Amino acid sequence: MKKAHVSRILGRTGTYAIAILLVMWVLLPIYLIAVMSFSTKAGVYIFPKPLFPKPVSAETFLFFINSTGVLKSTLNSVIVAVISMILAILVGAPAGYALARFVFRGSDLYRLAVISTRAFPSVILSIPLAVTFIQWGMYDSIFSLALVHTAINLPFTVLITSSVFAGVPKDLEEAAQTLGCNGATAFVRVTLPLALPGLAAATLFNFVGSWNEVFSSVILTVRNRTLPALIIASLNVSPLPYRFAGALFMMLPSLVFMLFIRRYLFNLWGRVLK
Amino acid sequence: MKRVFVKQSTPYLLILPSILFLMIFFAYPTVEAFSLSLRNQAGVWGWETFRTMVTDVAFWPALKTTLILTVIIIPVQFTLAMIMALVIQAKLKGAGFFLYIFSIPLAISELAAGIVWFAIFTNSGFLNTWLMQLGLISKPFIFLSYQYMGWLIFAVLMAEVWRSTAIVMVILVSGLQSIPKDYLEAADVFGASLWQKVSRLIVPLLRPSIQVALILRTIFSLQVFAVAMAIAGRAMSLLASESYRWYIAYRNTNVAAAYGALVLVLSILSSLIYISLLRTKPEQEMAV
Amino acid sequence: MAEIHINEVKKTFGKVVAVSNIELTIHDHEFMVLLGPSGCGKTTLLRCLAGLEDVDSGRIFINKEDITEYPPRSRHISMVFQSYAVFPHLNIFENIAFGLRMQHLPNSEIKKRVESSAEMLQIENLLDRYPAQISGGQRQRVAVARAITVQAEVLLMDEPLSNLDALLRLEMRAELKRLIKELQTTVVYVTHDQVEALGLGDRIAVMKNGNLLQVDAPLIIYDHPANAFIGGFIGNPPMNFLPAVIDDRGIHVEETTLTLDLLPKGFKRSGSTQNIKIGIRAENIKILPSSEKNALKGKILVVEPLGSTNLLTVIVGNERIKVNTHPDEIYLTGGEIWLQMASNKINWMDAETGNTLA
Repeated sequence: MKKAHVSRILGRTGTYAIAILLVMWVLLPIYLIAVMSFSTKAGVYIFPKPLFPKPVSAETFLFFINSTGVLKSTLNSVIVAVISMILAILVGAPAGYALARFVFRGSDLYRLAVISTRAFPSVILSIPLAVTFIQWGMYDSIFSLALVHTAINLPFTVLITSSVFAGVPKDLEEAAQTLGCNGATAFVRVTLPLALPGLAAATLFNFVGSWNEVFSSVILTVRNRTLPALIIASLNVSPLPYRFAGALFMMLPSLVFMLFIRRYLFNLWGRVLK
Repeated sequence: MKRVFVKQSTPYLLILPSILFLMIFFAYPTVEAFSLSLRNQAGVWGWETFRTMVTDVAFWPALKTTLILTVIIIPVQFTLAMIMALVIQAKLKGAGFFLYIFSIPLAISELAAGIVWFAIFTNSGFLNTWLMQLGLISKPFIFLSYQYMGWLIFAVLMAEVWRSTAIVMVILVSGLQSIPKDYLEAADVFGASLWQKVSRLIVPLLRPSIQVALILRTIFSLQVFAVAMAIAGRAMSLLASESYRWYIAYRNTNVAAAYGALVLVLSILSSLIYISLLRTKPEQEMAV
Repeated sequence: MAEIHINEVKKTFGKVVAVSNIELTIHDHEFMVLLGPSGCGKTTLLRCLAGLEDVDSGRIFINKEDITEYPPRSRHISMVFQSYAVFPHLNIFENIAFGLRMQHLPNSEIKKRVESSAEMLQIENLLDRYPAQISGGQRQRVAVARAITVQAEVLLMDEPLSNLDALLRLEMRAELKRLIKELQTTVVYVTHDQVEALGLGDRIAVMKNGNLLQVDAPLIIYDHPANAFIGGFIGNPPMNFLPAVIDDRGIHVEETTLTLDLLPKGFKRSGSTQNIKIGIRAENIKILPSSEKNALKGKILVVEPLGSTNLLTVIVGNERIKVNTHPDEIYLTGGEIWLQMASNKINWMDAETGNTLA
């Protein structure tokens, strides 16, 4: 009895130790880049690197923000992300609802097609699209890029919204229909309010995905770059302070987003994978 | 029967916009990509583009490095993700906090992750700082130069493992949560050790999740781009970065498309391999 | 308050025929129970009535109006679902008010009617709570309140009591009956529980495999089922069946021969020998101390003292039947007894089809 008790405690302590180690593993690099971003410019270059900036300074960060094109490309990133997240939901949620509620011929094929698009990297899509966009005069436009991001986010949106809607019991909609609603009204008054958290989470996911997207952004834009495209295109010439502060700046929305999303994370993933 | 018709056509109307998007932005570009790769810059059909791609001095290194990264990263990530997933499953106090932290890298971009680890591995970076402070080296070691391909690969690996293990972990955790507690408790009652539980019970029951994770992970790995750019610049060639280079620097859309087509073919091949290797017999699956 | 006429309604799902050419009229103010085992089509028929399923052929009329093509909201019906389907994101007041809000009634009217319904179901103190905060039994009341508030012409109920625990089910059954009597609504009620059917219905429609087997008042179905299946499905314990052969000498049941005058007036004999099944309920068998005319010989196998009766399992020849006796009478296992069936309670059925012959 005692031995089992001891090994139980060791087990718990051991697990805690591993957990703490992993937490540090995840957080440390973020902390380090933050240290860099809040050092002076000179502080970025010094060696050996301190674990805490001396002095704490906004110089590096401001240097980054005020660099040519940063504010504009940040704005571009936001516009592209917002447009693509709205479009993705507008196009994807109806499809997700169709998959969840209706049994129709071809639904399995459609679902398979949607799932298999994951195998299509933006690497293969971007080049031909660039050629097409040039032909059609749509090149170097953040609106065209928003369309591409929408398409990239679409399969995920369809699958996620499908499982969110499937999670709302169908008889709630039927009850609404017996109480005076038609199909659309029942959807708006009953299904939508209950699906809203999941839909909101999917939308935020899309925002972050678009914000982070780098390959098609850098291929399809030249002068109207998004932030990641701007940073990566100048990687070989940009100074360290620029890069480090840029990295932190890119991570900020993601960190905030994760704060909101964690509750829904596993519900969403779990249902999609079934 | 007008109502029936409206009812029957509704689902098709609902999926129509998405089908349009998929056609325009997935099906069409894919066909175009292959078409571009089978023509040369003047538009003449033939294998010239592929020949150019394959005989380019950076081709084999790019292919090799991409595959090496893929092959090494998978076991490392899966082990790490499994450990993370088991930690979460242990349902210690603060499991929610751990979950949140472990999932943070999910939302971090390739590029940011690359720069972050660049800051660690660079000459004046943190790794050198600590190695010197620990007295292991007397002057900064140049990790990130084309002379030490191994270190470059290692650095990119670290960045990728750090960033994208979370995706695998999420998949494994959802899979784990769908394993009924009773199975694990029964294993305990029958005296299974942790290792036995994991290898004989959890891993087999997780097969569908592992399959999904493997496919996704491999596909993403074949597309590695920004991480390597941030850490190694032009010293490391990868399939995706070559595609970028041929497009931007050489203005050769054909070769760039050819690289894209190659990535797609490799992705599909590997997915098919995983699906056939890890085929679960239906009778072995859990009765839901 | 409406008459429903179901005219040759058929509904299939793929290859499965769920409802097969059903013809049924439900009278104004009537409480009609659709009863049958799982898969008999009763719920499908109800959903066709509601407009939640489209019929493949046939018409449905409510008050002579052909509503077959109408969506649920145009049919003057309301429904209580088996799962209650209480809206989780609305409080109880809004749940009950939902149908009225769809009709855009003024707030004062809504308040009045919601509170009145809530009082009828004794949930007036729960109005500002949310479904997640109340018990299953209370949610069931909310579902009923919501359905009666719209004062529809027809109230449809899909096994509304089946998710309640046994005691609650008993209570709610009586309350439901009282409530419906007060409201005078036409009700179509689906259940697989024959006790519920007997207790609640003005008439019961027994269904099996998509077909309507018998539509009658509960006691008629109980005493004179149209076939052996119904006799065996209704009643606890189920009806006893004894195979028998009628010929010119008499009715041969196991080792005994009963006299032909036991047969009811108007019984049509077919052929010189006729294979039949005798159906008799446990409470319609009297135990005699010694042999009499038309008595069967039996041996007691099991005695179950159930409190209100003693339930005996008796072997008659090769068959086992159940006999209900007064709890004060004492019988011992292994005892030999004589059984007499009440002649007006015997059901004569064809041996092959099970259909009642007279």
